[in-house]
Amino acid sequence: MIRSLSSIVFFLTLLLAWEFVARSGHYSPVLLPSPLNVLEYIWQATCDGTLWVATLVTMKRLMLGYGLGLLFGIPLGLITARFRLLQDTLGLLALGVQTLPSVCWVPLALLWFGQTEAAMLFVVVMGTLWSVIIATNDGVRAMPPIYLRAARTMGSKGLHTWFKVILPASLPYLVGGMKQGWAFAWRSLMAAEIFVTILTGFGLGQLLQYGRELLAMDQVVAVMAIIVVIGLLADRLLFSPWERFFHRRWGTGSMK
Amino acid sequence: MSIENALINIAPERIEIDGVTKSFTTNRGTIVALDNVSVKVAEGEFLCLVGPSGCGKSTLLNIIAGLDTPDSGRVLANGESVTGPGRDRMVMFQEHALFPWLDVLGNVMFGLRLKPGLNNKERKEVAKYYLDLVGLSKFQHANIHELSGGMKQRVALARALAPNPRVLLMDEPFAALDALTREQLYGDIQRIWEARRKTIVFVTHNVREAACLGDRVLLFSPNPGRIRAEFQVDLPRPRDINSVELARYSTEITTALKGFTNKQGTEAAE
Repeated sequence: MIRSLSSIVFFLTLLLAWEFVARSGHYSPVLLPSPLNVLEYIWQATCDGTLWVATLVTMKRLMLGYGLGLLFGIPLGLITARFRLLQDTLGLLALGVQTLPSVCWVPLALLWFGQTEAAMLFVVVMGTLWSVIIATNDGVRAMPPIYLRAARTMGSKGLHTWFKVILPASLPYLVGGMKQGWAFAWRSLMAAEIFVTILTGFGLGQLLQYGRELLAMDQVVAVMAIIVVIGLLADRLLFSPWERFFHRRWGTGSMK
Repeated sequence: MSIENALINIAPERIEIDGVTKSFTTNRGTIVALDNVSVKVAEGEFLCLVGPSGCGKSTLLNIIAGLDTPDSGRVLANGESVTGPGRDRMVMFQEHALFPWLDVLGNVMFGLRLKPGLNNKERKEVAKYYLDLVGLSKFQHANIHELSGGMKQRVALARALAPNPRVLLMDEPFAALDALTREQLYGDIQRIWEARRKTIVFVTHNVREAACLGDRVLLFSPNPGRIRAEFQVDLPRPRDINSVELARYSTEITTALKGFTNKQGTEAAE
């Protein structure tokens, strides 16, 4: 109760300060819209459907790219951790490529795929995949080897060991990796949507970019705010429950 | 298999260790952990392996468990050559090695789920029987990190007993516990050994512990790892770790232990 109250007070103060600076007249309202202008835009764009459609288009792309990243990243991370040859080859590649900011994939994607959905998907998958591989790999390698020995004495081997020991033992790291993958997917998608203009769907990134071209700062700020809110919601609804569960089971983490 | 069969007191196993040698190469040279070691463990015997750290006693235990393979020599369990881990030989480690993603009951069920011929209801009943045997039936849904060190080792004991092995291999299972908890567990392990007759091979560096638990105590010396002496402990059970008779045995073993460790020291000095 007190904690949610302090959050509310904090954000209200932030908004008030912003409103105050905007009204002071020091800055052109074209460059610094007031929170009220932004809210007005959000209301309008929600009513005429622009925001809904853009959010839906973006989420669809995100889910597809993120899903593919996890689908390939988790198994690849599991096997790079367990086989030295793959660790020294694929693992090293993943470690190198994940340092590449996702926007760097955009020129390549544009030349390979043109202004298409495929280009966008490619950028998101490249932005997600490598970091998921690395996080999964690290999680498996952090597992105490005694678990495997204990499991072997009880008759566990092969796939049973993979699904009943290695996978659950590295789950807390996996969720960390999925969370990081989510953040990377978001970043890559926004980069892609800003640079790739296509007619098959008008996402939040494109809305942001058009806001800049039309000099509609209320639109730019509103879209940014929506991106932040979606990110927060994803963290709270998708990842936090899992993390809380692991902290309770494993007895890790002192933060409430 | 019915629940009665799953809980039946099956015959303990005879173990023969025949000329086992095992060495490890480290960056400081080759260490001969076991040098042509031969031991016979009788059915239902409680055998303790004692020695300073690095004398190969844990290595021998791992080889019996099938977790390690010897360079030469072999291990026979009931006349059959040991080639890998088996449900007839369960291991209890110094670190409890319980799985934190499962609760207490889940941990005891882990090995049982891999045992064919039982349905899940029977497995649960078996698990509960062993949790009751180690005095933890009230904690079946507790998370592992909520238990004390002694309770964790009790769960580990229940987990090792649950598949009804014929041999129990214990690798310094009480070394990380405080003295009071340890004393309690000495009583428990003797009581459980009476109830569920097993062949037990118990590794420790604590001489008194060995004298308290073992029918027989083997003294190991390090590098090369060899058996130096053998002691028969003929005391009635249950034994009290603090009894005077026990102290006599442990003094005798300690003297022998000091004898060869000192001698080794002078050999090295020469």
